[in-house]
Amino acid sequence: MAASSGKGYDISQWYDSKPWKIGWAAMLMMGIFWVLYQRAFGYSHGLDSMTPEFDSVWMGLWRFNIVANALFFAASVGWIWTTRDRNLANLDPKLELKRYFYWMGWLACYIWGVYYAGSYTLEQDAAWHQVIIRDTSFTASHIVAFYGTFPLYITCGVSSYLYAQTRLPLYNQATSFALVAAVVGPMFILPNVGLNEWGHAFWFVDELFSAPLHWGFVTLGWCGLFGAAGGVAAQIVSRMSNLADVIWNNAPKSILDPFPSQVDPNAKGAGY
Amino acid sequence: MFRTDEIIKASKLPPEGVAMSRHIDYIYFIPILFVTIVGTFHMHFDLLAGDWDFWLDWKDRQWWPIVTPITAITFCAALQYYNWVNYRQPFGATITILALLAGKWVTIVAAWWWWSNYPYNFVMPSTLLPSAIVLDIVLLLTRNWTLTAVIGAWMFAALFYPTNWAIFAYSHTPLVVDGTLLSWADYMGFAYVRTGTPEYIRMIEVGSLRTFGGHSTMISSFFAAFASSLMYILWWQFGKFFCTSYFYLTDDRQKTTKVYDVFAYATLAHGDKAKIGGKA
Repeated sequence: MAASSGKGYDISQWYDSKPWKIGWAAMLMMGIFWVLYQRAFGYSHGLDSMTPEFDSVWMGLWRFNIVANALFFAASVGWIWTTRDRNLANLDPKLELKRYFYWMGWLACYIWGVYYAGSYTLEQDAAWHQVIIRDTSFTASHIVAFYGTFPLYITCGVSSYLYAQTRLPLYNQATSFALVAAVVGPMFILPNVGLNEWGHAFWFVDELFSAPLHWGFVTLGWCGLFGAAGGVAAQIVSRMSNLADVIWNNAPKSILDPFPSQVDPNAKGAGY
Repeated sequence: MFRTDEIIKASKLPPEGVAMSRHIDYIYFIPILFVTIVGTFHMHFDLLAGDWDFWLDWKDRQWWPIVTPITAITFCAALQYYNWVNYRQPFGATITILALLAGKWVTIVAAWWWWSNYPYNFVMPSTLLPSAIVLDIVLLLTRNWTLTAVIGAWMFAALFYPTNWAIFAYSHTPLVVDGTLLSWADYMGFAYVRTGTPEYIRMIEVGSLRTFGGHSTMISSFFAAFASSLMYILWWQFGKFFCTSYFYLTDDRQKTTKVYDVFAYATLAHGDKAKIGGKA
């Protein structure tokens, strides 16, 4: 019994936290890099966007963020898709359980990115633009917030969605409204930056956080609750509970295939 | 209080199954649930009530006691729905406010102080922790969300100003600067000029605020309590909406049907359970 916990069972059959710990730590390192870069070059090179040093130091970081995020997106989504499970109908319940833990790891990384975007860099943006009057949309704060952390969490969100769709039977068979909302809602915060920058360019360059210009971010951010404090969490808990019942409580395997019995082909008006 | 050991025992899982259940807790509660609240609620709160929370000299008598509780009770109600209805855990509001404070204080140290060089006490956030604890206690004792909306939400808002008074009262201390009477908050505000310098306070203070019997803050809190009660009802229902867990299934005939993942013991009707061999 490899990797036995010494308690008579092998935890590695249904649990492996290494990938998400590595992913989470890598994101933490990236966050620390951004914060230190801003402290090192914010005041020295980040005050006047018309200067050559701004272009090299700050637009250089912008180019790095765009390229790095594009590569991460291609690698992550490409890997998940090319290694997809083509035989989900015969998935072993313990392996499915393990995949749910992997998936929760993806979600934890996604949420860590949402934290960067929605909490830390958001309020940091308020702090920076109190003391620096912006003369560009690509400020030292925005280059990290909008073009670094936003694409980062979007990639993690899309990857989370794709992981579920390619490896977990429920999400492979049907489309979860809550999961779509939890990924697509926060994703649309990036396009909303267009409204934000338009307003700041033509309306006011200073920073009043409660201004209606910012309320698009608010409503899209609410969609995050569909994930961790809503439907997705409920789906995870209930599915893992059903898997546990099948594995350890001798429940019938049919409870793992809930959809067919709910589709009545003869029902009048069935379907949308 | 939560009787989780008893619940796990009732599930009749062997030790391996119990360990699996505990591993869900490890990953879910802090890395997923708590951090999600930090990320989403902090954004919601900052972009609706942030300016009042950022600055010592925005904490006025008319709008600060109104805007802050009304904005904050939203997620508290939604998280109370999620935690109470699904798990009977009575700490939805408290965990929400703790998450907000966690996100705020990381930023205060790392951004406001470290990057923009504002002193802590000038950008110190207000607290809603006492209000949230009372809101949770009301739900726990009444076990009824309607009563919580009436009693708890009113107390949530009404407690906001008095519980923050101990933190911010010093900023009302008068001082004379170059012959002009200022408060400490005003003085710090003039010392730290910023794009969010609150000119609006000087606008609202010329109205009837100074002459209306000295009850301005109480009346603001009274109105905040009323509005918070309505907001609680709305966001409890939002919490229910966020918890929708259905799927859309498209069959071979390209018909799309709304279906549920949990049918054995929760979602489906009696007959459906029987159909799949579960106990009807």
